[in-house]
Amino acid sequence: MNLIIRNGIVYDPQNGVAGEKMDIFIENGTIVENLPKDAKVIDASGKLVVAGGVDMHTHIAGGKVNTARVMRPEDVKSGIRRNPGFRAESGYTVPNSYGIGYRYARMGYTTAFEPANPPISAFHTHEELDAIPMIDKGTFVLSGNNWNVMEYTKKGDMEKLAAYMAWLLNRTKSYGIKVVNPGGIEAWAYGKNMRGLDDVVPYFEVTPADIINSLVKVNEELSLPHPVHLHCNNLGVPGNFETTLQSMKLVEGIENKDRPVLHVTHVQFNSYAGDSWKTFSSGAEEIARYVNKVDNITVDMGQPVFGSATTMTADAPAQFALHKLTKAKWSNMDVELETGAGILPFFYSPKNPVTAVQWAIGLEIGLLVNPGKVVLTTDHPNGGPFTSYPYIAAMLMSRKKREEELARVHKLVEKATSLPSIEVELTLEDVILMTRTLPARLLNLEKKGHLGVGAEGDVAIYDFNPLEADPSRDYGVVEKALSSAEVTVKGGEVIVKDGNLARQVYGKTYWVNTYTDDHWSLIGDDVINLFRYYSLEFSSYGVEEEWLKASHPVEVS
Amino acid sequence: MRVLYDMKCTFCGNVCDDILIQIDEDGVSTKNTCKLGYHKFLDHPRIEFPQVDGQKVSYDEAIETAAEILVNSKKPLLYGWASTVNEAIAYGVALAEKLGGVYDNTSSVCHAPSTLATQETGIPASTLGQVKNRADLLIFWGCNPMSAHPRHPTRYSVFPRGFFVEGRRKRHVVVVDVRKTRTANIADEFIQIPPNSDYHIITAMRMILAGKEDDLPNSVAGVPAEKLVSLVDKMRNARFGALLYGLGMTQSRGRNKNVENAIRLVQELNSHTRFVIQPMRGHFNVVGADQVPTWEVGFPYAIDFSRGYARFSPGEFSVTEILRRKDCDSALVVSSDPAAHLPARSVKHLADIPVIQIDPHPNLTTRFAKVVIPSSLVGIEAEGTVYRMDGIPMRLKKFKESEYLSDEEILERLYHKVVELMGA
Repeated sequence: MNLIIRNGIVYDPQNGVAGEKMDIFIENGTIVENLPKDAKVIDASGKLVVAGGVDMHTHIAGGKVNTARVMRPEDVKSGIRRNPGFRAESGYTVPNSYGIGYRYARMGYTTAFEPANPPISAFHTHEELDAIPMIDKGTFVLSGNNWNVMEYTKKGDMEKLAAYMAWLLNRTKSYGIKVVNPGGIEAWAYGKNMRGLDDVVPYFEVTPADIINSLVKVNEELSLPHPVHLHCNNLGVPGNFETTLQSMKLVEGIENKDRPVLHVTHVQFNSYAGDSWKTFSSGAEEIARYVNKVDNITVDMGQPVFGSATTMTADAPAQFALHKLTKAKWSNMDVELETGAGILPFFYSPKNPVTAVQWAIGLEIGLLVNPGKVVLTTDHPNGGPFTSYPYIAAMLMSRKKREEELARVHKLVEKATSLPSIEVELTLEDVILMTRTLPARLLNLEKKGHLGVGAEGDVAIYDFNPLEADPSRDYGVVEKALSSAEVTVKGGEVIVKDGNLARQVYGKTYWVNTYTDDHWSLIGDDVINLFRYYSLEFSSYGVEEEWLKASHPVEVS
Repeated sequence: MRVLYDMKCTFCGNVCDDILIQIDEDGVSTKNTCKLGYHKFLDHPRIEFPQVDGQKVSYDEAIETAAEILVNSKKPLLYGWASTVNEAIAYGVALAEKLGGVYDNTSSVCHAPSTLATQETGIPASTLGQVKNRADLLIFWGCNPMSAHPRHPTRYSVFPRGFFVEGRRKRHVVVVDVRKTRTANIADEFIQIPPNSDYHIITAMRMILAGKEDDLPNSVAGVPAEKLVSLVDKMRNARFGALLYGLGMTQSRGRNKNVENAIRLVQELNSHTRFVIQPMRGHFNVVGADQVPTWEVGFPYAIDFSRGYARFSPGEFSVTEILRRKDCDSALVVSSDPAAHLPARSVKHLADIPVIQIDPHPNLTTRFAKVVIPSSLVGIEAEGTVYRMDGIPMRLKKFKESEYLSDEEILERLYHKVVELMGA
């Protein structure tokens, strides 16, 4: 179907469009320059028109997400919604696959990436990604505690490490390299953790710094589209901002003209100062100062929102520490030779000093880091569900809204953070940049995140006039409008209309195909040798392209 | 002659993936299987053709009749699922939702108490390879893998050479059970406990771990306290321990409370050392039968869709209770034999309502099923995905052509027929 989106007020930071009244033409799923034939007209007069949202870090598929659903029936029950003609939804922080797709679509998002794919159960991740309707997706492969990665790092054999990563990305049909608590999860197998970048991983005799350095190096070597996606050591520990800064400094001097070389994810959880929960305070200013200063690092917020959350991460030792702290129910999964996972429910209360400060730190990050370097996320569902993005956007754009919220939060926020004194109010353009342009650019998805000619026909129309409504003052109107797109277009198809589901579509799965037989001749013997310590045969490992519903390999030169 | 390596066995939750299959004019022979697996690959009686009321019909007619029965029911029960592939299960869940029926799988009479316990406590677990590479202490509790998962001890737990644990001699193996099982024969230590005493004994162990052993009586449920003290000492001092449990824990008095108690014990042990707990799941894809509905609708089993969305209530929507209450007016049974395994009162209602069966083999349920639809054997004649007992996905290959449709194909057709009859 061809479409004309007429008279909308367009914001498209990538193409320098900010609040211009324009028509958008879509032909065969792609944005085109000229009026297409036989097009259906959507009247967007006086309404905001932007590209479909792109979420680069959201836990939406795989073993840990499903384990969370199993252990949290109280959460599953809380998001029930019938959708006549479509599948039913459930869950608040851990929606079912349909709920995930529908809610993203209703919010005007058309792309989402699952950031934690354990290689051995990669096909489970893909089965769940395939079950999610409406959006395009992809996943990053967990690599920071992988035995082969640590072995090659120890030997300093970057050629083999690059070959191994090329193979692993291919076998697991992943889009990028994810590093979670490098070395710490391996140490957790015997109850330990990594506390600093120079700690030594038991048996493997490498340090977290070694692992980060070598993976960043091969990420560049392989010219992967996405920077190394790093979840730093010491997550959730007071004083950890220093570890985060040290991790960032590891890539000093490494440049890539097309993209940053390191993405530090959900940085709120790694921006803590103080040396105990008693002296807990914000290290966000230091983090923001550093990120603003350098050109090769980006971050995403990992913003907590008040209410229920489900924490789930490969950082299993951090999760055990949280379990000891909160006594909440706790699941763990040690994954042989590769990684781990920990899952527990959490509640961010405005009245709790620690969670209130976490909330404030997330906002500090969002406000103090240059909008071209920070992506809006909640690390769904660790900080809260992705459906809170409009609330977060409203807070970033309105100091008045923040003051309203600050009135109900614990007083420690005034002492331990700078949030109350931050006057910055982001513009609507900034928020579009943080939710579309930047994440698409970080994923190197050239046809996503903007509305220029040649872009995919992913468009969201929101029912408010950005030339009339002032987000700083009319934050309520803006938040409400951003929560429910009037129309969402995915690949030229109208999938949401008048805020309701209009048509169910299935998107594609991006993965990077850079692997060649030459890689295998370098690493084949090592990989096969290690398989005697796996509990499955080599032939059972990995995901074939034809098993995916809509495979979209991205070739890298 | 054709030789196929690394084929997967679709008998138990081990899903062994190193099976060698040899095909020649004499038929199929196998290597590397256990006794159970060996029999899985032999020829067994098949349901020969689709039937309605015992009369031979075509697949199309059988599927159409099945669809009509389901669409005309107020509340159909869709049960079974543990012995088929994820792709088929997904159609089953979609059907249940579309029809406003009930989805339940065989775990509701098996490891469902483990799920209930997980809802209370979470579960600290690991993949089987972690046990193989690291566990220097293994406790088999109320399970007997030597008989039920015969290659578990050799591939994953007791005997294999792990990376950090050299082999059998470096592992201490304890069996806790009500009788001396074959697994007890290969253990270093056997602790016999009276039936239905799991909860008391685990509670005593948690007391010991918490330093309250002086408050214990001399014997707990007939087991001398010092024996438990010594066991807890070993657990605390292991480098990596694994508690592997079976139906002895889930289906004896206390059920989910037993499991909950055991999980808490293991969680507490993690303050001292590393310890994991893992249910020994039975059928080769009973994990998938829980996992697929969980991502599709949010819950693993005992799911009622009569309000148009998923509601979870075991004891209300699980197969035995639904049937006993006569709360369903038709049933679709896939890869399972409820007539042979459920209580008589539940089976009685099953015999009174129209039953549709999809299965490769005839069984007791076939005897009174109104519609019988034969399917091909997954892992032999049909492909698809299953989850091993620790949740590792395994893709099954086929090595034989079959005249039968697969479960997935049958359910896909049935789903579309139902949608056609009901309207979108």
